[in-house]
Amino acid sequence: MSKQIVIPFGPQHPVLPEPIHLDLVMEDERVVEALPSIGYVHRGLEKLVEKRDFRDFVYIAERICGICSFIHGMTYCHAVEGVMDLPVPPRANYLRTVWSELSRLHSHLLWLGLMADAMGFESLFMQSWRLREHVLDDMEETTGNRVIQGSCKVGGVRRDISDAKLREIADGLEELRPQLEDLRDVFVRDSSVRHRLGGLGTLTEQQAWELGAVGPVLRACGVANDIRQTGYAAYDELDFTPAVETAGDCWARTAVRAEELFTSIDLIQQAAEKIPEGPIEVKVTGNPKGEFYARSEQPRGEVIHYVKANGTKNLVRFRVRTPTFSNIAPLVVSMKGIELADVPVVVLSIDPCIGCAER
Amino acid sequence: MAYMKRSPWIIHYDGSSCNGCDIEVLACLTPLYDVERFGIINTGNPKHADIFVVTGSVNEQGRQVIRNIYDQMPEPKVVAAFGICACSGGIFRECYNVDGGIDQVIPVDVYIPGCPVRPEQIIDGIVRALGVLEEKLAKMKEDGR
Ligand code: SF4
Repeated sequence: MSKQIVIPFGPQHPVLPEPIHLDLVMEDERVVEALPSIGYVHRGLEKLVEKRDFRDFVYIAERICGICSFIHGMTYCHAVEGVMDLPVPPRANYLRTVWSELSRLHSHLLWLGLMADAMGFESLFMQSWRLREHVLDDMEETTGNRVIQGSCKVGGVRRDISDAKLREIADGLEELRPQLEDLRDVFVRDSSVRHRLGGLGTLTEQQAWELGAVGPVLRACGVANDIRQTGYAAYDELDFTPAVETAGDCWARTAVRAEELFTSIDLIQQAAEKIPEGPIEVKVTGNPKGEFYARSEQPRGEVIHYVKANGTKNLVRFRVRTPTFSNIAPLVVSMKGIELADVPVVVLSIDPCIGCAER
Repeated sequence: MAYMKRSPWIIHYDGSSCNGCDIEVLACLTPLYDVERFGIINTGNPKHADIFVVTGSVNEQGRQVIRNIYDQMPEPKVVAAFGICACSGGIFRECYNVDGGIDQVIPVDVYIPGCPVRPEQIIDGIVRALGVLEEKLAKMKEDGR
């Protein structure tokens, strides 16, 4: 056996937009073990519930993570609405679905770009982010902001999207579709991408399940697990099938996400067709009392928000289990035996969002 | 500024941001905003950088990392705090693990608030930082360094 050495990776590293640190135990070029250590972006925001009104806390919940911010805000609202037994009007549920799917589109395009960058495929990175701007324009036109929207609130949503605007968004996405198809084809078919990602960081279905993988990482191993199928917001009235791959490697994770772009477009178009007329919010009276778990599907996988309230305006406890946190254990296992030069790609393949994971 | 005399290279570190500001900083590099056409490059090496862009507030564990990056940068160097978190701690100010803005650890030259900062503001911030860089350079020349 050759000598083992430890190479530190991070916290400030060119391929990582966010700080995470890994100790890589190496034998020549091969990773024997990866030891993650986190805590660089821990803020402790869960405890802020004790200081903020539960209605205002939506703003903080949205800032758990700037990428999937809308879905965090929405899941928090679901949790509080669950405690208070608030009936959210159907139109609000549809609008939440539309914004959730726009978030997923922007998040996946962002990730595809970062992945291309990690592979060294610069022009593909630029293409992904160029297409992403289209989605951000839709966000800005409907909510007033690009990445943190503040459009969700306890009891409904803060603003309406007119039916004409919804149709415009649906048509705009239809125009975007061929460009996204070209993009997907490069990620899925291009021989150098396949060469770079195929067979890399592989997990078996059994491993992924046992280690608690969620979202695209789990779906890339052949498990059709998508929390949207539980039918929160308006998903029970819309039709979709989760994208699934079976290879379990980095390529499969990429393919799953690329395919989900089209699922999101379909969902938005269906929602624009079916959205009912009606109010967009209900009045919130009184304070919550009790506890509730809310689950939803983030671009990165299942997120759980737990709230506990005692009848005052401040919650007693707020807890988030984020998808990246669940995916760190599978990541560490999938890194065993890979080459040093592949480490950035494999780390990125779980779509790590450290801001979420550490809160 | 009618024209730019220099093409500054930036290094970006995420203190403890929510990512909102980070992805907007990255968005500046991509085709719609494309600051790279002015030669503004995002480098990963502190020794190559002129402008230190920090997003997010400071926490205990990040303190030393920020200090290290700053100390390694060659003179003249400019620090730009992007986003209200980096300016003052912002919405997370009262969190137990947040010490406040970046100026708790290193001197900050340019403050750009916003939650998140918009790409237009970021570009404006870089242009301002460039102004400060020129001043510092002139000062260094004057001092004969
Ligand atoms: S300023 Fe706002 S968007 Fe930027 S890191 Fe802080 S909370 Fe996130």
